[in-house]
Amino acid sequence: MEMKVETGKNIQVNDVSPSGIKIIWQEIKKDKLAMGSLIILAAILLFVYGASFFMDAKEIAKVDFLSIYLEPSSDYWLGTDYGGRDVFGQLIIGTRNSFTISLFITLFTAIIGLSLGLLAGYFGGATDNVIMRVIDFVIALPQLMFIIVVVTIVPIFNVYVFILIMTMFLWTGKARLIRSKALSERELDYIHASQTLGTPHWKIILFQLLPNVSSLIIVNFILNLAGNIGLESSLTFLGFGLPESTPSLGTLISYARNPDVLENKWWIWVPASLMILVLMLSINFVGQALKRAADARQRRG
Amino acid sequence: MWKFILRRLLVMIPQLFLLSIIVFMMAKAMPGDALSGQEINPRANPAELDRIREELGLNDPWYQQYIRWASNAVQGDFGVSYTHKTPVMDVIEDRLWNTVFLALVTLIFTYMLAIPLGILSGRYNDTWVDKTVTGYSYLGFGTPIFIFALIMLFVFGFALDWFPSGGSVDSKVDEGTFAYVVSKINHLILPALSTALIATTSTIQYLRNEIIDNKIKDFVRTARSKGVPESKVYSRHILRNSFLPIAAFLGYEITGLIGGAVIIETIFSYPGLGQLFLSSVSLRDFSVVTAIVMMTGFATLLGTLLSDIILSAVDPRIRIE
Repeated sequence: MEMKVETGKNIQVNDVSPSGIKIIWQEIKKDKLAMGSLIILAAILLFVYGASFFMDAKEIAKVDFLSIYLEPSSDYWLGTDYGGRDVFGQLIIGTRNSFTISLFITLFTAIIGLSLGLLAGYFGGATDNVIMRVIDFVIALPQLMFIIVVVTIVPIFNVYVFILIMTMFLWTGKARLIRSKALSERELDYIHASQTLGTPHWKIILFQLLPNVSSLIIVNFILNLAGNIGLESSLTFLGFGLPESTPSLGTLISYARNPDVLENKWWIWVPASLMILVLMLSINFVGQALKRAADARQRRG
Repeated sequence: MWKFILRRLLVMIPQLFLLSIIVFMMAKAMPGDALSGQEINPRANPAELDRIREELGLNDPWYQQYIRWASNAVQGDFGVSYTHKTPVMDVIEDRLWNTVFLALVTLIFTYMLAIPLGILSGRYNDTWVDKTVTGYSYLGFGTPIFIFALIMLFVFGFALDWFPSGGSVDSKVDEGTFAYVVSKINHLILPALSTALIATTSTIQYLRNEIIDNKIKDFVRTARSKGVPESKVYSRHILRNSFLPIAAFLGYEITGLIGGAVIIETIFSYPGLGQLFLSSVSLRDFSVVTAIVMMTGFATLLGTLLSDIILSAVDPRIRIE
């Protein structure tokens, strides 16, 4: 009896280890578009985080009425905005803020979605029912409007509150996805075997179920990250996203709501728009490549 | 089937109830109350204001206020707008129709693009046609609507000046004339097309995958071996089976359009519900905000209901007895 349990464990460890990051890395290396995207993404992020380290955010945010709406020049690489602020500096700081904040939103929604999804899928029955009814409700809300209303009525509003509000409304899709995967996974033999052997539920969930939904989580995390960058900048564009003290890419684009800026002062909004497009597309290409890879593996067996 | 619809409707009742409570709580958390919407003497003393508040029932416990608000809302009475000084429903009505027209035209564009492209891409999969269409869908997945709409507005609204850059109708034409209708449609095209070009990509991919999945099924092979001509294999057998799930997404599509209205209407300064919502939030006109949130919440619930019903009609496995 003891021996059997031991060998069971050994097989399991051997099964789990290769299906992790290593396979994903191999899949990316095969896909030229995804590999190129990954390199571009890494280059942008390295540059942005590196450069923002040497930049003085206060200096960039300082209003200078002598240099309003200057065109790009050697002094101001991307010109200045209505307050005479350097657009290039704002672009760097904005990219950093947008990416960091979207990363945190994705991380928190992943944690909530993962825990609730695994619980609902693994236990099924009443647990599943309660969690699913909550998800069904939150998912059917007009989220953009609710986020805007909540942003307006909270008494204190800063970056942390913004991340919290976004997380509150965005965890549901992930939870539903992971729940459906966990639901089918728990019917498989390896889970039944562990249950028969008397392995505690938390151990099965953490060490058996979790590794088996990991590819789904990673793919979903990456695709969501791209989506959240778009959502954050859309909200900031509308004026209900990041507070003014924390400029994001959406802040620069929001100047284009003024028709004069949109028509005649391209240097203010075009670079930030391109930055969002490049970020979102490259993250998406990496994610789509992983998604295809994960699908193909499932089909093959 | 009827059992499923009934069950699904029963689920909606607690959802609606919960939605109304949350919206009511939000309204209570917003600064200002129903008094701000009334024409009152600005020099009225605090004691006078308290008396009016008492009369209006604003000092009652929250559940009594909620019941009063909910029963008024069911009858379409959302109170008085603070900025417009007229009943909220009067403010909303015109805007609502504008949003409905925009959503309708967007839906038409979305399916006009999705159906031919999806069929081409699915039928000739892994050819250059399919690769082009798939490439376009990947671009669409990764492009946020607000940036694409801004670029469209910049190119076609300003640089080329093909389309008007804002509003819902030319102010110079008279209502009821043919020119009025033309001007309305002209104002709709750019916002609708901007949304559709992005929103259609997920439908294209879905249709493509459905067709590819159906192509290798047994009933298709049977049809071919019977000698059914290839065009009929597609029109009668493959497409019919592939369209059904697409039809089911109509409800979700509508839900998405309602959410996207806020962004698209703001960019094209199109006077619909979304734009009214944003301007009301900025002006702190909370009776209007509450009404719009409640109405769109209701509409999204209906959209999901519609999709669920179509899905269950199409796929009997979903129906739980």
